[in-house]
Amino acid sequence: MPDTHTEGSPIADQRAPDGPIESRWDRRRFSARLVNPANRRNRSVIVVGTGLAGGAAAATLGELGYQVKSFCYQDSPRRAHSIAAQGGINAAKNYRNDGDSVHRLFYDTVKGGDFRSRESNVHRLAQISVEIIDQCVAQGVPFAREYGGLLDTRSFGGAQVSRTFYARGQTGQQLLLGAYQALERQIAAGRVEMHARTEMLDLIVVDGRARGIVVRDLVTGAVSSHFADAVVLATGGYGNVFHLSTNAKGCNTTAIWRAHRRGALFANPCFTQIHPTCIPISGDHQSKLTLMSESLRNDGRVWVPRDAHDTRAPNDIPEDERDYFLERMYPSFGNLVPRDIASRAAKNISDEKRGVYLDFSDAIKRLGALAVEQRYGNLFEMYQRITGDDPYKTPMRIYPAVHYTMGGLWVDYDLRSTIPGLYVIGEANFSDHGANRLGASALMQGLADGYFVLPGVIGDYLADAPFEAVDDSHPAVADTLSEVRGRVTTLLAVNGDRTVESFHRELGRLMWDECGMERDEAGLRKALERIPELRAEFWQRVKVPGTGERLNQELEKAGRVADFFELAELMCIDALHRAESCGGHFRTESQTPDGEALRDDANYAYVAAWEYTGVGQPPVLHKEELAFEHVTPSTRSYS
Amino acid sequence: MKLTLRIWRQSSATGRLVDYELEDLSPDMSFLEMLDVLNERLITAGDDPVAFDHDCREGICGMCGLMINGMAHGPEKATTACQLHLRHFKDGDVITVEPWRAEPFPVVRDLVVDRSAFDRIVAAGGYISVPAGSAPDAHATPVPKPDADTAFEAAACIGCGACVAACPNGSGMLFTAAKATHLGVLPQGQPERYSRARDMVAEHDASGFGGCTNAGECTPACPKGIPLTTIARLNADLLRGHTIRSDR
Repeated sequence: MPDTHTEGSPIADQRAPDGPIESRWDRRRFSARLVNPANRRNRSVIVVGTGLAGGAAAATLGELGYQVKSFCYQDSPRRAHSIAAQGGINAAKNYRNDGDSVHRLFYDTVKGGDFRSRESNVHRLAQISVEIIDQCVAQGVPFAREYGGLLDTRSFGGAQVSRTFYARGQTGQQLLLGAYQALERQIAAGRVEMHARTEMLDLIVVDGRARGIVVRDLVTGAVSSHFADAVVLATGGYGNVFHLSTNAKGCNTTAIWRAHRRGALFANPCFTQIHPTCIPISGDHQSKLTLMSESLRNDGRVWVPRDAHDTRAPNDIPEDERDYFLERMYPSFGNLVPRDIASRAAKNISDEKRGVYLDFSDAIKRLGALAVEQRYGNLFEMYQRITGDDPYKTPMRIYPAVHYTMGGLWVDYDLRSTIPGLYVIGEANFSDHGANRLGASALMQGLADGYFVLPGVIGDYLADAPFEAVDDSHPAVADTLSEVRGRVTTLLAVNGDRTVESFHRELGRLMWDECGMERDEAGLRKALERIPELRAEFWQRVKVPGTGERLNQELEKAGRVADFFELAELMCIDALHRAESCGGHFRTESQTPDGEALRDDANYAYVAAWEYTGVGQPPVLHKEELAFEHVTPSTRSYS
Repeated sequence: MKLTLRIWRQSSATGRLVDYELEDLSPDMSFLEMLDVLNERLITAGDDPVAFDHDCREGICGMCGLMINGMAHGPEKATTACQLHLRHFKDGDVITVEPWRAEPFPVVRDLVVDRSAFDRIVAAGGYISVPAGSAPDAHATPVPKPDADTAFEAAACIGCGACVAACPNGSGMLFTAAKATHLGVLPQGQPERYSRARDMVAEHDASGFGGCTNAGECTPACPKGIPLTTIARLNADLLRGHTIRSDR
């Protein structure tokens, strides 16, 4: 019996239809109950987060006629971190006539996820992908176009077809502005009530149903409740548990972690993605890491000096003393292998101080500097602004960084969590990417969930509403409010001698070392000893200045880091229990003779859904077995 | 390196500039990382840290915005404050850091301002009305590449407010014109083109932004280089918007 957790009953997706996979989504939409248009204005939904998933969901639910309340911690819904996605969005349009199809996108995504995702969900995602592009073009998203006026596409890490639509290196920004504009239209129409600079600090559960949230107004500090018939969390990923990541500074786990503490199972928390092409760390002051779109690998060649101790400038190292290691190790995919493979290869061959080179000199010779500028101009500028080096002349230095979290709250086919009335969409759920996400698939999933999946099935739950009215006097609400207020008071009262930042930095370093790109039992056990000690120290020594009744950015940060401490422990427990390697989860003990990830389908072909039992208490593992009827699990090979 | 920061501190209706000296800074630090270092020091000493808005720290979310030595986002062209690095300053420099100054952007605290007026301008008409599910195939309407490029160039606006802060009139016309241009040059945006210009400008004026007098300060301050020609385009559309009858 393991010492870190206990095992409970298996869990199953009760809402996944069976039968031919091509028509499952149609059948589910047909079997889901509808809410009469006249009744929708009497049904209310809270949507937390305004990224691609949350912004699209709030706008679409408002358009359908529901009463929607939307929340974000930023000063405007236009700023959510989806905005920073650079590369593009996949869709099985087959506009290139290069052999793409819904089935191929489905197949690639299941394989790319290393057979740890659900076939039904992924197939639906591939089907909806084509509608997303139509929707976004109609909204005015300025995708790149050919001279004939049609949409341009490119190929992206891990795909052999050209199915990625893009808007220079700012695809996320343009898609998010489309969703934001749709959302603002609903705000103006009075169908969405917007609460910016407002952070969700807890979930209100009444009689087993999610009925609202407790929030803190970040400007006045007021803690208050909001109620609805259903709550949707679209609060993104938890990569900032590593302190340094490509996430925005404010990205956090609080909304989903608080929901987890209220009973929502947390699935596959150890599945994190490390992106190969980021700008290396320049010093201790580093506050975040900046990603360079992996589209750069379409034309850039990745190499290291053959001699690891070579101190010459990259341009002084002759061709025959360079090791183009991705091309050498993976001849058929070369520089375009999926992210997890490229990241680990880079880490094994270099270290974070030296980095590896991403070289465009061949592309400039082949295409000309102008063509390279048209494709990557803004990325080159960004690199130069940060590092002071000119990538047209000197190869870029890159190194892997935490980028995306495939894990998240467990949801069924309807994106419903284990708490009735609580839906989880976008990066905040676990559903579609398995153990590794393919490039240009995050935007696809966020928009699929927000524009199409959630609006298509949430009526099935809201058909039973409206539920009994609740207010602050209800004991469950009063308890939640007082817990949140108590926590704010406690954080301010510690008045210790260490800053929130110093704790976050220490936790992040520990997680990067022991639960980062490679994990092993000894390291994970070490982290599991250290995290509770550090967490206890946090609650004794943290210093949060000021009061709770005003804008207090340190207080915001303290609450988020406190939750990261609890999540970090669960991530390590999950990583320890999964003694196989798969996708972004590489266990040193489980590798092939060539050093590739060795999956163990006989023992681990399941989703690990964790139940909370208390801080520092062993969580309960519920397994959801995965069945593969349409894509036969095979060893992922890119050589 | 060593720098003296002269930072606007405000916790009530009025504020003042306060000097802070920082040593041992790395030229590779970003401007916001320098503020992080200052805040760590202030917190440890029991003082109140400087409040400033920031999020992505890669120049795209538009949340950061500081007047640095009187220049919106500082001295580097096409660069947000979060992407500005100390290598562009000299050892020993004195740097004044203030919030955006404009009537429609009231100061919340220190360097943080309220820019919700921008959201209201977009809500007034900065969109194409297309409910999810109602779109035709993406290739149904080809868009000439030059139009797509013009739309993209305008759509690159990050809504940071630098244009307003740089304008002697406190005008938000570059922001408004960027959205009107983005949507107005695309075929999908034609049905609402003129009413969009009219309604956005009406909201812009109602929010207390000043009028545009072609001072031309906005484009050089814009981290995304949104061109002034967008304003000319907006004005043309605005004229049509006022002369045609439209239900929206």
